[in-house]
Amino acid sequence: MHSAEPTPSAPTTAHRPTPAVQVLSAEKTYPNGTQALLPVDLTIEEGEFVTLLGPSGCGKSTLLKMVAGLLEPTDGRLQLWHKPVAQLGESGKKMAFVFQSPTLMPWASVQTNVRLPLDLAGVPRQEADGRVAEALALVGLSKFASALPRALSGGMQMRVSIARGLVTQPDLLLMDEPFGALDEITRHKLDADLLDLWRKKKLTVIFVTHSIHEAVFLSSRVVMMAARPGRVVEQFTIDAPYPRTADFMVSPEFSRYAKQLQDSLLRASADTEETAA
Amino acid sequence: MSTPFPAASVAAPEERSAQTMRAPSPSKAPKPAAPRIPLMAQPRVQRVVYPLLVGLVLIALWQGLVTALELPPYLVPSPLLMLKTLFTDWAALGGSLWVTVKITVLAFGVATVAGVLISFLFVQSKRIETALFPYAVLLQVTPIVAVAPLIIIWVKDPTASMVICAALVALFPIISNTTLGLRSVEPDLQSYFQLNRATRMQTLLRLRIPSALPYFFGGLRISSGLALIGAVVAEFVAGTGGQGAGLAYQILQAGFQLNIPRMFAALLLISLTGVALFALMAWGTRVALGSWHASENSHD
Repeated sequence: MHSAEPTPSAPTTAHRPTPAVQVLSAEKTYPNGTQALLPVDLTIEEGEFVTLLGPSGCGKSTLLKMVAGLLEPTDGRLQLWHKPVAQLGESGKKMAFVFQSPTLMPWASVQTNVRLPLDLAGVPRQEADGRVAEALALVGLSKFASALPRALSGGMQMRVSIARGLVTQPDLLLMDEPFGALDEITRHKLDADLLDLWRKKKLTVIFVTHSIHEAVFLSSRVVMMAARPGRVVEQFTIDAPYPRTADFMVSPEFSRYAKQLQDSLLRASADTEETAA
Repeated sequence: MSTPFPAASVAAPEERSAQTMRAPSPSKAPKPAAPRIPLMAQPRVQRVVYPLLVGLVLIALWQGLVTALELPPYLVPSPLLMLKTLFTDWAALGGSLWVTVKITVLAFGVATVAGVLISFLFVQSKRIETALFPYAVLLQVTPIVAVAPLIIIWVKDPTASMVICAALVALFPIISNTTLGLRSVEPDLQSYFQLNRATRMQTLLRLRIPSALPYFFGGLRISSGLALIGAVVAEFVAGTGGQGAGLAYQILQAGFQLNIPRMFAALLLISLTGVALFALMAWGTRVALGSWHASENSHD
């Protein structure tokens, strides 16, 4: 594995920003012997927008779920702000997870859905309602607070899901192919909105996708992964300045990055075929 | 003032499409263009009128055949005679109807409460369910006619014994449906609750129970009919023992006396009770789930 970062677990020094996520040789093997993910070393600094890019079966969702604490690594460790994932609360930091589907409660209104994490945490109703209104305004759905999810389009349901993620004011936002099921026009719009939000709220984002274009457009860093067995193969820093607009998507710079990622993806799958043969 | 999602100023395509279905909640939406559709073309009217027409034709045929063939009333009474008997014998039949309805409703209530409690027990752990589920099946497959005499002997109070019989018949669909429902939580939503460190109780109240409701109501619909069947069977068994006063008892007695019109009248009352129960359950389901569950919105 040739990582772009030679010393992933280097100690924090004054000139380096705080690492938000540290993956320390974490790996996942399922009981039937399938290697979902070979050991990964990865450090994500506060404020980065990191994309995990790769074909299906490359373990990108597995890695994200390990960061969230939904899956335990078979070996190795993960830390969020220098604490084990389960003890994130002690550092005063918060994490939110946005799934591939909106995963809303179909029986509850948009407002109740967005308020769910606050209700679960026991936030008083009045304060919670205020924060829900803010989060809904942020995703442009204030008018739909009392609607049921089924009355909304797929893109709007995804916005509700994002609002539910933001309402807890998280520091780390984990997104598992959140716009994968949407049409391309809606996806571009939501991608752009997400970038604005990331800059405005100074979030740290880990974003899983299988779209090269989405990865180049969004990320400050792309982690390229390959399948069979799932592993990290390469990392790319996308040095284009923010804010990125539609113009960026048709620039030669954009094409150059896309080509790089494409080539890396081809090399990785060629490696896989050699091992298989 | 720049919000990251400026939906108000520049409406995204998805928003524009949503404008056409702006209604905040489907339940509050006005029925689309109702006045322009002729009365008979409305599905709502058709659902009532079509079966009614079939019923009228069948009854007319029945009346015609009985009159034309001069069938004696002790073999096949005419529909008119049946209705007449319903009125002349109302003193006996009305009382019996009340008894049967009482037993059915009590049994249905007992089955619902017991079934839900057992389901909650089942979903506590897979081990409990594995250990107990075969016995729930055993309960279901043992014919109630075979068990009823025992229960009627063991339980002194006739009403209580018949309620127990009928409840046993109605219990299983509620157990199996509610258990399935409580387990049918969308996996990602379950993960979301786990990520937010929801307690067991929070997950039950906010996730499992609402997810189970459509299944639970499906179980209720089946069980309401079974409770009536169970009540009638229990009355038959009790009736052959000389006790009881329900509609099944009236049918038995009418059979002994060859009072066939009264038998038909009692039969009619049982059928109507069943239909009423089913309609009540369908209405209850619509009230509880109408606004959000797909099964209640397919014909909109």
